[in-house]
Amino acid sequence: MPGSIQSIERAAAILHLLADNPDRLGLGEIADTLDLAKTTTHGLLKTLLAVGFVEQSTVGGPYRLGTGLGRLAGDPLDPNALRSRALNWADALAGRTGESVRVAVAHGDAALVIHHVFRPDDSVQQLAVDVELPLHACAFGKVLLAGKTAFGPRQDDLLDSYTARTVTSRRVLARELVEVRRRGWAGEVGEFAEGVASIAAPIRNEVGRTVAAIGIAGSTERLCNPRGEPRPKLVEHVRSTARSVSRDLATRRR
Amino acid sequence: MSRRYVLAVDQGTTSTRAILFDRSGRLVALRQHEHEQHFPQPGWVEHDASEIWTQLSQLVPAALADAEAGPGDVAAIGIANQRETSVVWERATGRPIHRAIVWQDTRTAGLIESMAADPRAARVSELCGLPFAPYFSASRLRWILDAVPGARQRAVAGELMFGTMESWLIWNLTGGANGGLHLTDVTNASRSMLMNIRTCRWDRELLAFFDVPAQVLPEIRPSIERYGACTQVLPGVAIGAALGDQQAALFGQTCFEAGEAKCTYGTGSFVLLNTGTELVTSRHGLIPTVAFQAAGEPVRYALEGSIAVTGSLVQWLRDGLGLISSAPEIETLARTVGDNGGCYIVPAFAGLLAPHWRSDARGVITGLTSYVTSGHLARAVLEATAWQTREVIDAMTADTGLALRELRVDGGMTANNLLMQFIADILDTPVVRPMMAETVSLGAAYASGLAVGMWPDRTSLRRNWHRAAEWNPSMDSALRDREYANWQEAVTRSYAGPARPAGETAARAGVYAGTLSGS
Repeated sequence: MPGSIQSIERAAAILHLLADNPDRLGLGEIADTLDLAKTTTHGLLKTLLAVGFVEQSTVGGPYRLGTGLGRLAGDPLDPNALRSRALNWADALAGRTGESVRVAVAHGDAALVIHHVFRPDDSVQQLAVDVELPLHACAFGKVLLAGKTAFGPRQDDLLDSYTARTVTSRRVLARELVEVRRRGWAGEVGEFAEGVASIAAPIRNEVGRTVAAIGIAGSTERLCNPRGEPRPKLVEHVRSTARSVSRDLATRRR
Repeated sequence: MSRRYVLAVDQGTTSTRAILFDRSGRLVALRQHEHEQHFPQPGWVEHDASEIWTQLSQLVPAALADAEAGPGDVAAIGIANQRETSVVWERATGRPIHRAIVWQDTRTAGLIESMAADPRAARVSELCGLPFAPYFSASRLRWILDAVPGARQRAVAGELMFGTMESWLIWNLTGGANGGLHLTDVTNASRSMLMNIRTCRWDRELLAFFDVPAQVLPEIRPSIERYGACTQVLPGVAIGAALGDQQAALFGQTCFEAGEAKCTYGTGSFVLLNTGTELVTSRHGLIPTVAFQAAGEPVRYALEGSIAVTGSLVQWLRDGLGLISSAPEIETLARTVGDNGGCYIVPAFAGLLAPHWRSDARGVITGLTSYVTSGHLARAVLEATAWQTREVIDAMTADTGLALRELRVDGGMTANNLLMQFIADILDTPVVRPMMAETVSLGAAYASGLAVGMWPDRTSLRRNWHRAAEWNPSMDSALRDREYANWQEAVTRSYAGPARPAGETAARAGVYAGTLSGS
């Protein structure tokens, strides 16, 4: 097989072997079965562990297939589990930015809000979870769209418009999503409701796929600088929160 | 170097956590590790104290690394711990002589029952303020001294040390066998049955009754005080506070004044109402406990309603039945149905605590028909937490005559929107989650920060409290009443003995295993 990469072949062999042996296998058994050196096998397993493709219940113990593989195949993260993991970080983000926080997941053609933290000013606010937001008209949705490769300017029909600033051209939006992917966050200024802006960043699972968006929403005056751009300091808070939740997802399995 | 952070250690029932907070009470870094639960016999629950100490010594540096901080950035450590879990270790080596016996463990039920029949029992309850229950730590200490060969002689000879988890961790942090400090805070001591609830000192009469040598006991200290500096893990950093986890949550919710209450939803759930410097005894099955004490100040008391099984019922659904793969997924499963399908679960795995105090009760599932699915079971599991809250709040209202305006909640289960809404519905009261649901850790952080002057006073901490979410009642009152009656019926079915009417059960306030009732 010209051009094939040996370590990927070997990793795949290990995964096949573990799939055939759900009762878990030790390092020695894996190395012997595949006729590999123990050090090589150990290195491969270490990498597979790090990306969540294999699991070990105790350090030095036997190996089995990891939950990360299931997610890769499209088994979505439970939104209630995600909320539970994101809770503390979302609170801290609200505390740091002084804005309300939302966590959203892709749900059909919409961004479904699965978690909402009030703006910490003790004003009267309504809990707004299970609310659907248009993917193309809020920062949360743009992050979710940017996390997929499927979205592109395939159709020419216009996207729904909510304000004069809503991006309705698929081609323009696709260009914006390239930028969102590159810089790792999305902003939206008055595109869904006049005077309201949002900033969001991706929550990624252990294999790097975007599973949700976390961010803040609030008045344009507070979220944006006088030039009408999202304030860099707020963007940094949102991004660092998203990284913390992502790290939490990768390290805590229950 | 400016010491920007305080480190909270939350040594809980299922895991230990190290959490860094900044001056605004915001979470900066969190590391957590679950420890093994040992179930050597039905009703027995044990932890390996050495495993917990090892985990802590790894979690703290990891949390600091996450925040790119060093020991020099940490102003103080505060410890919150699972209460009543008891460990005895060797003074010379730091080796536990037995695994720690966990608060859920009921092995001493027989011992407690025979003690409760003693003519001095009423006097004992009066002195310590607690009903006779295997829940509190004295009977566990007594059990270890009786069960481990040679333990009693070694205890009398001063070779052994007893403590709850905060004592164990502080002793290890401050040097262990090399001069470690052997102390407990007054909130933890108030849960032992060995401390006089009024003087807040070990009581000679109680020690004699439980046949416990004074030599094994730690020194009782205020909850908020600079105890000393760590020599291990974070050398030089002051340990500024220790509190039982529920008291820490009350503190973290900034319920500093009389009349303020919170409920923490964790493995078990606990409602605490601050009663100020006044000790309030309950006639409806609640227990008086110490809320906190700052060095140089009088002790503040609280009235507590303890519920043994709430989050652990969800864990049972996960681990025992395998219906869900992670605890939060119970909400997903419960939302597959619109109601409980007539099914009720009373999780009396090891008896019922407040307000019933029935050690003979065992779990029941009522209303099982072929109609009931895993979704209905999931609902019934969540509803059990809400109904148990309702029972405790009703008892509190009966004791104090004050109606609750809103319930401040915290703990991991507050991430469950369905549960929070249901609690609001059946209490007919708004339920409020503060920003920073990790109030146990936050309380430990606040207390230790106060001890080292990171914050000027308690009032300044109130500015950090904000509401993060609120659930408002929307249930029809007729439905609520009907469901409550069904629940109460299920509770009577959990009793091993003949069912008693609910009113009579409530009258057994402060009475456990028939101590004072003569029933």
